[in-house]
Amino acid sequence: MDLYRAHVLVCGGTGCTSSGSAQLIERFEQQLQEKGLEKEVKVIRTGCFGLCEAGPVVIVYPEGTFYSRVKVEDVDEIVSEHLLKGRKVQHLVYVDHATKESSIQKSLDEIGFYKLQKRVALRNCGVIDPENIDEYIAFDGYKALAKALTEMTREQVIQEIIDSGLRGRGGGGFPTGMKWKFGYNSPADQKYIACNADEGDPGAFMDRSLLEGDPHAIIEAMAIGGYAIGASEGYVYVRAEYPIAVRRLQVAIDQAKEYGLLGKNIFGTDFSFDMHIRLGAGAFVCGEETALMNSIEGKRGEPRPRPPFPAVKGLFGKPTVLNNVETYANIPQIILNGASWFKSMGAEKSPGTKVFALGGKINNTGLVEVPMGTPLRTVIYDIGGGIPNGKKLKAVQTGGPSGGCIPADKLDISIEYDTLIEIGSMMGSGGMIVMDEDNCMVDIARFFLDFTVDESCGKCTPCRVGTRRMLEILERIVEGKGEEGDIEKLETLANNIKATALCGLGQTAPNPVLSTLKYFRDEYEAHIKEKRCPAHHCQALLNYVISDKCRGCTLCAKVCPAEAISGAVRQQHVIDTTKCLKCGACIEKCRFGAISKQ
Amino acid sequence: MEQLIHLTIDGVGVDVPAGTTVLEAAKQAGINIPTLCYLKDINQIGACRLCVVDTGARALQAACVLPVAPNMNVRTNTPAVREARKVNLELLLSNHEKKCLTCVRSKNCELQTLCQELGVGDETRFAGAMTKYDVDDLSPSIVRDNNKCVLCRRCVAACNVSQAVGVIGPVNRGFNTAIESPWGMKLSDMACINCGQCIAACPVGALYEKDSTQKVWDLLANPNKHVVVQPAPAVRAALGEEFGMPMGTAVTGKMAAALRRLGFDKVFDTDFAADLTIMEEATELLDRLNNGGVLPMITSCSPGWIKFCEHYYSDFIPNLSTCKSPHEMEGAIIKSYYAQKAGIDPKDIAVVSVMPCTAKKYEAARPELAANGVPDVDEVITTRELARMIKEAGIDFANLKDEDFDSLMGESTGAAVIFGATGGVMEAALRTAYEVVTGETLENVDFEAVRGVEGVKEASVKVGDITLNVAVANGTANAAKLLDAIRAGEKTYHFIEIMGCPGGCVTGGGQPIVPASVRMTVDPRVVRAKALYGEDAGKAKRKSHENAEVKALYDEFLGKPNSHKAHELLHTTYVARPKYSK
Repeated sequence: MDLYRAHVLVCGGTGCTSSGSAQLIERFEQQLQEKGLEKEVKVIRTGCFGLCEAGPVVIVYPEGTFYSRVKVEDVDEIVSEHLLKGRKVQHLVYVDHATKESSIQKSLDEIGFYKLQKRVALRNCGVIDPENIDEYIAFDGYKALAKALTEMTREQVIQEIIDSGLRGRGGGGFPTGMKWKFGYNSPADQKYIACNADEGDPGAFMDRSLLEGDPHAIIEAMAIGGYAIGASEGYVYVRAEYPIAVRRLQVAIDQAKEYGLLGKNIFGTDFSFDMHIRLGAGAFVCGEETALMNSIEGKRGEPRPRPPFPAVKGLFGKPTVLNNVETYANIPQIILNGASWFKSMGAEKSPGTKVFALGGKINNTGLVEVPMGTPLRTVIYDIGGGIPNGKKLKAVQTGGPSGGCIPADKLDISIEYDTLIEIGSMMGSGGMIVMDEDNCMVDIARFFLDFTVDESCGKCTPCRVGTRRMLEILERIVEGKGEEGDIEKLETLANNIKATALCGLGQTAPNPVLSTLKYFRDEYEAHIKEKRCPAHHCQALLNYVISDKCRGCTLCAKVCPAEAISGAVRQQHVIDTTKCLKCGACIEKCRFGAISKQ
Repeated sequence: MEQLIHLTIDGVGVDVPAGTTVLEAAKQAGINIPTLCYLKDINQIGACRLCVVDTGARALQAACVLPVAPNMNVRTNTPAVREARKVNLELLLSNHEKKCLTCVRSKNCELQTLCQELGVGDETRFAGAMTKYDVDDLSPSIVRDNNKCVLCRRCVAACNVSQAVGVIGPVNRGFNTAIESPWGMKLSDMACINCGQCIAACPVGALYEKDSTQKVWDLLANPNKHVVVQPAPAVRAALGEEFGMPMGTAVTGKMAAALRRLGFDKVFDTDFAADLTIMEEATELLDRLNNGGVLPMITSCSPGWIKFCEHYYSDFIPNLSTCKSPHEMEGAIIKSYYAQKAGIDPKDIAVVSVMPCTAKKYEAARPELAANGVPDVDEVITTRELARMIKEAGIDFANLKDEDFDSLMGESTGAAVIFGATGGVMEAALRTAYEVVTGETLENVDFEAVRGVEGVKEASVKVGDITLNVAVANGTANAAKLLDAIRAGEKTYHFIEIMGCPGGCVTGGGQPIVPASVRMTVDPRVVRAKALYGEDAGKAKRKSHENAEVKALYDEFLGKPNSHKAHELLHTTYVARPKYSK
């Protein structure tokens, strides 16, 4: 194996790739060649580092220097200064949002965003080259599979997972070990183990990052699961919209086959295991386990009634255990380090860590992994760096379209499956969208419902028609046409859909409405009764007004596309609200802050 | 000993076999749980959410798909359950075109019944946007009006599961989900076999037959047309249901009387042609057996089956009997033999067939089934359409006195009447073939092995020196299974009867529609067939070759079965058809 004095890690996740990290790698390699450093410095395309907000991200080891927002033209400087002369390029080094502190003297783990994180699932993301099986093996890869196959019985593997308390990371939080046990207990000539990589929550991308950054961990975990339940075949159902993840997973499967880590008689045992990838065409409902199986079977992606549960009658009518990507990412670690190690992290009823996708009105958008039980406040402020532009936090939405909004006064809640459900939200796959005072909670509910209405498969009545009726009511409320009784109607529909929809997606679809009604009912009432949007967000409910700060510069009148602004030069201007389109062009143009929305 | 599972439903203890659904168990406990998407044995998908019950689980459960579990405590009548059902029903209504005053299914609409039973009065509580669709009425047999569709998918299951045709399915998603053919194609563009099982499955007025009653009224009012009518065997077994008579009541005499009162100039009986079909078909079979013809020979009475064969199993076209279906034979004979006898120009005769079948509408328009541009049959109406005409004419059907069919083509044997049930054509053919081959009298004419509603029936029948291996399939999905086994070389037969619809013509796509709630406990295939077998048993003549009018037809006109003239008038050809017409 070649030795290098320095390693340049370039993020090859979807976010950084779309902002040009592939070109960075090309440029690095070309520059290193030019400088004759290609035998001393190695460039590696890794998976996601997590701090997407700072992308494209480049990290130079051994120092662990964290360069952010690197452009192609910056590469020459990093090569000639840092790699050739050993001088860090100060102006490219990441600056912490909250502290405004440069991380030039810090290694990655010391940076605020990473300091409080505990990376178990993400341990290899941003560390190894996901397309190189040797790097995975060097980081204890496939050791857990070897241990399971050669030192443990199938029952012991299942017991270890049960003892770890690992719960499904895809949303429901069902104990993984129990699921495996059900699959193990179902007699059949053929069983399947499957991986749900149909990540569909808006803003959630941990599964994608895991597949992009550490695909072998998923393969290893599925092989362990296959051994435990008695499945000789595995299916990964992954969205076609994740081309990088799909490609790396395929590369990894091919490599594993080549190394004999997939295929016949793995590690010389009588256990054989093969894997297939199935692409989803982007239907949210295909993340629901029975719909996912229908889709793999080539049918319309629609849920089937349960029971029978997949562990009894799943894919192609055979017992099937389906777990989420992040759940699998924990498995090899649990087998290697033991259940008690895993239980030592996190909360009592929610052991281990959880990856969250931080988004919305927050400084450090990206992926974070924290021990369960971490207070929400820590994630938002200490890791996420707080709210931009000095705005006030209003709520945090967790669990995606199935989840709910947690109000600011509940920020000290410890993040666990059950605590989140108690306050009307849920873990979901780990989306975390931060809202500030400018967000209208009625409109947020409308946004999520718009998503579910669009993604409803149309099979059952309450979801197909009920969510649509709820959306219609929400739309008229934000348009200022809400009627007395609309809130009650929303509640009737929401409770009915929750109680009678066919699948989990339908049953949880009303959650964004129910939780906002619970904590922000006054906003709904203001829209309906006073025709007022307290957040000054809903276009139909606000008027643009010019105050006496106006100097009569006429810029606003010139830019107004509706000719709604009139006034003489150096005189305060006036907006004709009947003509105003509420496009906001005047506010952007005004240099005196004289125009406001009321 | 089957293991029984004990559970409690609304405080009533029931013991039922494992695998029973809560819906079925409740029925045993004397509780009718409302359903809409459920159709016994055909569609159990838990989609409409009207059958929800409280089992103590987090959410309410759909009883139609929920298997019983030991000591389950089910509550079907709590305020929450009732409210949930109402809300879901109101949601369905909020996107249903409520043209109940004029809807063809009014008074036999399951949605309407549910509204009455569940006490849904405020149908506008959840009013909102509605989906809007063009009515697809381009098919010669079936009209689809998605504005009334409740997306229960019973038609989809009938088309896909019972019939293995699968030309309709859900397209788009969410609120815009619709049951259509793929890529916006119309039913008439598809390899639809026009069987109408989708109509029989539809709980509302979203699917119905292409109405031909006005055309028949016009013919009857046309002084220049001599209008002759012929009802199929299965019609008499079900027509009474449209007038409140119990299922399984044979109404042959009343039907003849009603047809006469509607103004038809001659009331003949397709049963006559059923006997004629046996003469031709049995002869054809014996000819194939004796002269190395293509075997197995497969019956050709069912136009749904014929089109299925042409689209999906065209390699079996040489196996199809060349016999026209009975009403087409009768049409051809009316326009030749009868025309000659009555001295009427065939062009001035209109033949109206009353059929249990929507596919017959398509069949009647096939160019092969015409002579010199004059179609054998001019119009086809279904049993349901005949009932509507009788009602419109104000005929008090239930109190009509029985009348006979007109002679010349009014006589029939017991062999003909059982054509309407699956296995009937086979049984009729065997009765005649036996006597023709052996020259002996067949004492026991009941071939029980080919009776019943089983999907595929097999029998070996000794006819003289030969043992005939026969099979009977009903429903095209069962036919497909049978043909696949033959293709694979697993089975060999001499003679096969295939009927396109499950149960045969008694439950054809043109018959009175039986609500799912009734079908849960009553099998119309069995009950209606019983009426036909009863009529057969009561007849003095039970073998087709004993029909005196048929004999006269051969003596005076055709010569003998399979004669040149018989071939010209009574036999036809088939064409292989692609799965898509465009």
